[in-house]
Amino acid sequence: MMEFSNWDIIKNLLIAARWTVGLSLIAFLCGGFVGALLLVLRLSKIRGMDRFVSLYVQLFQGTPLLMQLFLSYFGLALIGIETTALQSATLALTLFTSAFITDIWRGCVIAIPKGQWEAAQSLAMSFGEQLRYVILPQAVRIAIPPTVGFSVQVVKGTALASIIGFVELTKAGGMISNATYQPFLVFSVVAAIYFVLCFPLSLYAKMLERKIHAQRR
Amino acid sequence: MLSAAENHARPAVQITALRKSYGTNEVLKGIDLEVKPGEVVAIIGKSGSGKSTLLRCINGLEVFQEGSLRVDGKPLLYESAMAMRELRQRVGMIFQSFNLFPHLSVGKNVMLAPHLVKKKDGKENETRARQLLQRVGLAEKFDAMPDQLSGGQQQRVAIARALAMEPAVLLCDEITSALDPELVGEVLRVVESLADEGMTLLMVTHEMNFARKVSDRVIFMHQGRVHEMGPPEEVFGNPQTPELKQFLSSLHD
Repeated sequence: MMEFSNWDIIKNLLIAARWTVGLSLIAFLCGGFVGALLLVLRLSKIRGMDRFVSLYVQLFQGTPLLMQLFLSYFGLALIGIETTALQSATLALTLFTSAFITDIWRGCVIAIPKGQWEAAQSLAMSFGEQLRYVILPQAVRIAIPPTVGFSVQVVKGTALASIIGFVELTKAGGMISNATYQPFLVFSVVAAIYFVLCFPLSLYAKMLERKIHAQRR
Repeated sequence: MLSAAENHARPAVQITALRKSYGTNEVLKGIDLEVKPGEVVAIIGKSGSGKSTLLRCINGLEVFQEGSLRVDGKPLLYESAMAMRELRQRVGMIFQSFNLFPHLSVGKNVMLAPHLVKKKDGKENETRARQLLQRVGLAEKFDAMPDQLSGGQQQRVAIARALAMEPAVLLCDEITSALDPELVGEVLRVVESLADEGMTLLMVTHEMNFARKVSDRVIFMHQGRVHEMGPPEEVFGNPQTPELKQFLSSLHD
């Protein structure tokens, strides 16, 4: 039987943690892109869009990420679309993340006083110009702290990708614990790695929030 | 081609049988109004009489259901983004709450719309912005941020910003109502100088002395209609209807 040193355990978990970081980035970037797109659609007042986006948000906020992962992996396979674990995880995490991010950002846009839109309109700016030069620069400033805060949820959410066989930190933890019979040690290290990833983000979000409050007096 | 005389006779603002409601609540009940180029019109009335709504209809911030509206000959068409952009270039608006863009410096506030909408190039645009800021007495504030200015200064920047689009008509919606009393004068002086220079002005105001002094015509609105209209001496000195009499006397209490 093979012997595992503590260093072996930590080293292998760290290697797997790269995929946790990778998945988080994928989820965050794709989710952010789709979320931004949904936000613009929602603000554009194109008929029916508000309905569509709010339904989208309700659907993916109102169902567990786990089910979304199952459906995008096993569900799609059933209707003949073969996907790799990475593709499925990307899809499900994007849907999930975008549903939250578009809502967070919408709140930030709504927080900009109506007078700003009206002033920009009165100056004959088009909708795109109003958004790009007047509303978004102000909304982005207040959006950063809650967005960074939400990224913590995304990092932890990637743990669920283990359920479809994707080898990231949690899945690797399970595998190593099965091989070493040291679940307490292994999962403690797994938890510690998550904490090391998430804590700086929380701290950064707090700091940003304080900074913006100070500016607003 | 229109001859100069005909061109001059074209009203700056022409409103015909305009009606607007919020749901079942009708707030403007058939407004007819013509404003000549260079005319200064003050709109007075109780809150809820529809005066701000009327003003906001003129640049399309409020949608009306019936009637027609032309500014400088251009009709207001909500469906056409092009037509709205055309019309709004002819109408400037100044708000009660200033609405400066807080993330941009004073100079950039003034230059943004001419740059985007009129495609003015940088140098020319900046020269013009500096001129306009000088005109409202704020030449040295070009690089300041809005939150470093007093309310009166912010409102004067807002006036410069509106003028930068070279509007044919300027709408003023209770522009001194949010100001501390000692700051009202500096803003009104700027508006008065605009009136003297022949700018077409429509202003909703609670400053009756100012309305009396500057305007060519005063409109008293009551319950969504133009209730009484005339030169300031007549409207203030010899009110005809009991509603106007009551309104004017309530101001003196």
